[in-house]
Amino acid sequence: MEHPELHVATNLPRPERTAEQRVGSAPGELIFEMKNVSIWYSAFKAVTDVSMNIHEREITAFIGSSGSGKTTVLRSFNRMNDLVPGARLEGEMSYRGVPLYGKDASATAVRRRIGMVFQKPNPFPKSIYDNVAFGPRINGQRHKGKLDEIVERSLRRAALWDEVKNRLRTSGLSLSGGQAQRLCIARAIAVEPDVVLMDEPASSLDPIATGAIEDLMRELKSQLTIVVVTHNMQQATRVSDRTAFFHVLADSETDTRTGVLVEHGSTEQIFQDPRDSRTKAYVTGRMG
Amino acid sequence: MSSVLQQHRARPPNALAERRPLGDRGFQILALAAGLVVLVILLLIAISTSQQASSWFSTEGTGIFSSNWNPAANQFGALAFIYGTAITAVIAIVLAVPVSVGIALLLTQVVPRRWARPIVYVIDLLAVVPSVVWGLWGILVFAPWIQGIYGSVGSGVQGVPVLGPLLGPPTSGASFFTAGIILAFMITPIVTSLSREVTATVPAIDREGAYALGATRLEMIRGVVLPHSQGGIVGAVLLGLGRAMGETIAAALVIGSSATITSHLLAPGYNMPAVIANEFGEATGVFRSALMGLGVLLFVFTIIINVLARTIVARSARRGRGA
Amino acid sequence: MAPMTAGPQKVDLREPRSWRRTKNRLATALMVLAFVLVIIPLGLVLATVIAKGASVISWSFLTSQIPPSVLPANTGGIGPAVLGTIEITALAALLAVPLGILGAVYINEYGGTGPLARIIGFLADVMTGVPSFIMGLFIFSIWVLHFGFSGLAGAFALGCLMLPIVIRSTDEMLKLVPNELREGSYALGATKARVTLTVVLPAALGGIVSGVLLAVARAAGETAPLLFTILTVTAANPNVFSGANTSLPSQIFVNASSPYVGAQARGWGAALTLIAIAFILMIAARIVTARFARYAP
Repeated sequence: MEHPELHVATNLPRPERTAEQRVGSAPGELIFEMKNVSIWYSAFKAVTDVSMNIHEREITAFIGSSGSGKTTVLRSFNRMNDLVPGARLEGEMSYRGVPLYGKDASATAVRRRIGMVFQKPNPFPKSIYDNVAFGPRINGQRHKGKLDEIVERSLRRAALWDEVKNRLRTSGLSLSGGQAQRLCIARAIAVEPDVVLMDEPASSLDPIATGAIEDLMRELKSQLTIVVVTHNMQQATRVSDRTAFFHVLADSETDTRTGVLVEHGSTEQIFQDPRDSRTKAYVTGRMG
Repeated sequence: MSSVLQQHRARPPNALAERRPLGDRGFQILALAAGLVVLVILLLIAISTSQQASSWFSTEGTGIFSSNWNPAANQFGALAFIYGTAITAVIAIVLAVPVSVGIALLLTQVVPRRWARPIVYVIDLLAVVPSVVWGLWGILVFAPWIQGIYGSVGSGVQGVPVLGPLLGPPTSGASFFTAGIILAFMITPIVTSLSREVTATVPAIDREGAYALGATRLEMIRGVVLPHSQGGIVGAVLLGLGRAMGETIAAALVIGSSATITSHLLAPGYNMPAVIANEFGEATGVFRSALMGLGVLLFVFTIIINVLARTIVARSARRGRGA
Repeated sequence: MAPMTAGPQKVDLREPRSWRRTKNRLATALMVLAFVLVIIPLGLVLATVIAKGASVISWSFLTSQIPPSVLPANTGGIGPAVLGTIEITALAALLAVPLGILGAVYINEYGGTGPLARIIGFLADVMTGVPSFIMGLFIFSIWVLHFGFSGLAGAFALGCLMLPIVIRSTDEMLKLVPNELREGSYALGATKARVTLTVVLPAALGGIVSGVLLAVARAAGETAPLLFTILTVTAANPNVFSGANTSLPSQIFVNASSPYVGAQARGWGAALTLIAIAFILMIAARIVTARFARYAP
């Protein structure tokens, strides 16, 4: 279903999907391009010299131990690091060819296209309906009929509709963990983003709820690009097409630590034939 | 072996179960007594002032709510003062709450931490100005100046349907409205500080959730911060209301000391604490009892408002933590 | 809607030209305006008090007798009022502070989560919202009617005002003392009283003193409780226990309602003195917090 008003208002191009792209054998258009990106939080260099490309309608998993910079890089894609005083980014980072941190890019416009789901579900203290409708409403959609459509469609895509369709006006805070996370996903996709970033979306959920989220990711992949940070390597193998392994580089001389990107390739290759010894140590250490 | 160890070993084992030393017991009782003093004082206030007011209650009966206030003729209907208290408190709240909440949001959502401190100092400074100094400035400087403004406004709205009776001429510098403005200045610190406490504790993850959807700061505030804080802000408003109702000296000096019930806000009026402050000195008999009675009424009002406010704040804080 | 074919298309990431950005900026401007709206009266009051008060203030002003209102500005002073404020407020603090600290000790150290401690804490909070003049009426009813007006009665009234404030601020400070400190002392066999007196209170002392200074500043500025208890007079009364008295705020109240310019001028001088006292106490409280409070909020 198309919602022309939303697209016109936000100037979002809708590339056609070719058969090849659906299968994913040839990489689609370049979504994110990072060249020598380093990120600082005040004096602390959290991430050093990361270069990576992400193509559309892939699921990319970021794996690595704590402090390796995975979440920092994830949050830089939708400029959430802007909210941290003292955060600074160097290097080139672009989205569909447009510099993300350029003078011509506004954070609110970026976040409208690049959505995020957080580690701990964070439904607003509002009704389920109002949670999902929040994004479309602030983007100018006021018509009740259209909002109803959007809410239902988003909740269906998030596999939550059947469970909540009779209590759309109850508070979003009353849902269980798994449901709340699916609500947050529904909320994020209600504005029809191009990319959805997920920061360990299932880490606070039980295995069944986790399975539901993973199914969702596979479903959504056909329409948008997903980047997911995960500590769970089985999840990465189950869900992602490509994997990026991050690692903490400790410099004993200066006693500093920073995060670097060690290896980035297809999931199959990373887990079965890792090229870097650190990658091998990480993926084999945790598996089995 | 050291002597301490020798003594320790010499003691029979069951001596470990010693009775608590007298000093410790005594201290605990002292502390408990000190705590209970609060309870005792509140009770004594209620009892003693009601007792002093009893002759007014018994003489006037339900007439205490009439608008006949004429001490010379032994008539003590207090409606005019109740009205005045309500009106000035409402004016103060209407003026102070948007400003206070605005400053609280400015401090917690907008300004970087470094700038928050000087702003808070200014608010603290506002709180430290004694009530009587507000009154002194109010009656000697502010009232004469604002009477000019009232005059222009008054002649401007003359004849206009709703505004005319509300704000039309004749005007007086010392009036309901002036008292309301001064009260607004005085209650701003407390409403700001409480609103600030509650808007500062919105979890970052909730705020980030709104930003991640592409919201502007205003949209984030309306969508996340305000719904999260509404209980606390209501509590803050109630506490401000209680303060405004009970504030005595500033009101006594700038309200105009005229016991009338009128919708004309720019006219001199009176309220409960002001009449008590101004007239208690010479009052005797039922007159004094009536003033005491006004005090009792105000005591009861403010206790109720305070209890309500604290309960609302506590309940919404609990809900916020549980969410 | 412009359907796109495959091929790189430039995405527009600029801020959409919409009402949203304007509303956001307007909201920020309004919030700043709110702050400005508050600075203005504060600035005006302080400026006026300083300007009008400074022309009257001098050492002789602070120590001379209070003349009849009709006399011009440069005669006499407010000495009795200064004396009264000092002695009455000091007495009030002497009454309220130990009681308040002990009460907070009960709530924090002995009461635990029991209902009584919570009720007392709650009532102390509620009591801070009781209008100050009620304390005056209260003491009038139970003391003045039997023993007459005096500085002592005024001190009782101010003490009732200070008590819940001291309880509340001391309670906050005691809460900040880490439990490890207490446990370390208990483990050595100390009784609760000893732990409280020798470990907890000293640890929280900076914060407690700061809170007390602020409570004193508040009490020094209160007029209403004294209206009904000290019977404002113009003669100095060094005996705080008997006989009517006066205080700075009481004197300002009288002078503010006076039609005589001289009295009004003395009123401004007294106001400047009062604000200076409150200000000094406030700054002292901050210094104490900065230098001596080990566990700052």
